[in-house]
Amino acid sequence: MSTSVIQPTDSIESTTAPLLEIKNLRVVLPILEGDLVAADGVNIQIKPGKTLGLVGESGCGKTMTAQSILQIAPKIAKTSGQILLHYADRPPTDIVALGKNDPELLRIRGGECAMIFQEPMTSFSPVHTIGNQLIEAILLHRTSDKKEAREIAIAMLDKVGIPAPAETLKKYPHHLSGGMRQRAMIAMALSSRPRLLIADEPTTALDVTVQAQVLRLMRDLQRDLGMAILYISHDLGVIARMADEVAVMYMGSIVEHAPVRELFRSVKHPYTKGLMGSAPRIGKKSGEPLATIMGNVPIPINKPTACGFFPRCPVGIAGICDQVVPPLVEVAPGHKSACFRYPQVLAAAGLESGTTNE
Amino acid sequence: MLSYTVRRLGYMIVNLTLISIVCFYIINLPPGSFIETYSTQLDAAGSPASQAQLDYLTARYGLDQPLYVQYWNWIVPLVTQGDFGYSFEWQQPVWTLLADRLWLTIIFSIVSMVFVYAVSIPVALYSATHQYSFGDYSVNLLGVIGLAVPNFLLALLLLVGSAKFFGVTPTGLYSPQYMNAPWSWDKFVDLLIHLPVPVVVVGLAGTAATIRILRSQLLDEFQKQYVITARAKGVPERRLLMKYPFRVALNPIISTAGHLLPEIVSGSTIVAIVLGLPTIGPLLLRSIIAQDTYVAASSLMMLGVLTVVGVVMSDILLTILDPRVRMNRTN
Repeated sequence: MSTSVIQPTDSIESTTAPLLEIKNLRVVLPILEGDLVAADGVNIQIKPGKTLGLVGESGCGKTMTAQSILQIAPKIAKTSGQILLHYADRPPTDIVALGKNDPELLRIRGGECAMIFQEPMTSFSPVHTIGNQLIEAILLHRTSDKKEAREIAIAMLDKVGIPAPAETLKKYPHHLSGGMRQRAMIAMALSSRPRLLIADEPTTALDVTVQAQVLRLMRDLQRDLGMAILYISHDLGVIARMADEVAVMYMGSIVEHAPVRELFRSVKHPYTKGLMGSAPRIGKKSGEPLATIMGNVPIPINKPTACGFFPRCPVGIAGICDQVVPPLVEVAPGHKSACFRYPQVLAAAGLESGTTNE
Repeated sequence: MLSYTVRRLGYMIVNLTLISIVCFYIINLPPGSFIETYSTQLDAAGSPASQAQLDYLTARYGLDQPLYVQYWNWIVPLVTQGDFGYSFEWQQPVWTLLADRLWLTIIFSIVSMVFVYAVSIPVALYSATHQYSFGDYSVNLLGVIGLAVPNFLLALLLLVGSAKFFGVTPTGLYSPQYMNAPWSWDKFVDLLIHLPVPVVVVGLAGTAATIRILRSQLLDEFQKQYVITARAKGVPERRLLMKYPFRVALNPIISTAGHLLPEIVSGSTIVAIVLGLPTIGPLLLRSIIAQDTYVAASSLMMLGVLTVVGVVMSDILLTILDPRVRMNRTN
């Protein structure tokens, strides 16, 4: 599995073939109040060995998008679009089209794509030992030999920095601290040597020092094992450390997408700007109130055809932003945005750039 | 684990001691005694007993003694020699009365429990994995009916129904010819043939309740993160269901299993009377009415022992199955 081709590139349109391609993904949850659109035409590419950061507030659809990759979204969710997992030697698999008991799906889950979750406290079954659950994953994807599986399990726990790995196998989750559990979780996810690791806010429930350790661990493991990471977070600081590229999500749509340095150098969407302004930073004057984005994320039930951010946007253009859905287009080299403040976006939507009155 | 078991057994002895005292006290609460009931009966029959006779009986049964002496006279031989005392009404040792009924009660209860779990667990699994399907709704409807219909009514309906349509009345646990016969293979087979009707009648409410508890437990567990984790790592659905949510959902079922045992015994008294089952229930009822102290106290004691033993067994089973309980208890 030498899929990692480390290519220093500052552009999204790199020549490397993607590992995973999400095309026009739409996830709808039909609930009593109407159709809740959790993901609305999401297009993402994840490249081998690279990290894509997916950022957004709670409820913007990050987790639903990630869960769709493994088909573990709630049963009622209706998914359409394509999620293509590419292989070096055979045509890609569309995960959306797989049946729920398809052996191919079970092989991808945990095998090709593994996932770690936000809550290390509840991610393990409380009534089975760590070893039982870890070895189960190895037996599913790596080997059918129990003894070998045990050895791999011990090696993995050692790799993620858990002291006394052999004894840890016999322990129950409640014997471990949150940080240790998240390490064990990472060991379990990586035990099958996946090509893609989906990390859904893996450090949100941990305290800052442990968070730093876990982030470093993930980066080291990525360097050693060469897997791609889809890193989901609402924390721009963490994203800045982890990601090669960033996609910003709002109300089920990607609103900005750029290489990480480019994004932080020149933000091209008012929502991202708002997110950055509301992040606490060392060096900020103490006592100064933190900037916030006005209002809450609206619940995307029966979404109007308009820019989802318009009601909260400080620079929204009445008559355009509340009438038309802005498409996501390149507004600078390698930098996509879905904001009508940019003439390219207006042009892509078939509108005159003169209609803006800046 | 061992120290926990020993400690639980210790508590069990304390518990049983308290239960025996309370039982004895409550049975003697109603005014009068067996002798008075007895003399009233004789009066009614037209041959009143002389006062001397009654005094003699009172003294002989020790009923003129203070209550704690009576208790002492009952409990000491019970513990030291397994002597349960003497029945005033039946004029024979209590143990002779209880022995046969006790075994039948235990067999009946265990078969009923097996029935309850054998039916409710698969049905609950189906119902939870097919939530809001036609099957699920049907199970729910039947469950509500099962809970709402009093079991003695069901027993009566079954009696009437089978008498009307098949010409047989499924009463008792044996055919008449085995009633007083010694235990034999044929008698055992006969017992097995007679068990299903009372077991269904008695077990129905428990089955319905267990289905509902297990179903909602399972639905709760399905939402839990560890289930999603297991699914995300590629565990096939069926194995996932049995290994993770089912295993955790079983906990409340196991911890209440201890209560099910006495519930079946005491809850089935009316059914036992309707169906003529020779279990402890009807005997207990009758002994209380007749103020047959030792029979009543010993029967109650037996139910107490069943309850306490059942609870202790389910607690110990739970510590084996759930490591979290183990930790909390040993700390």
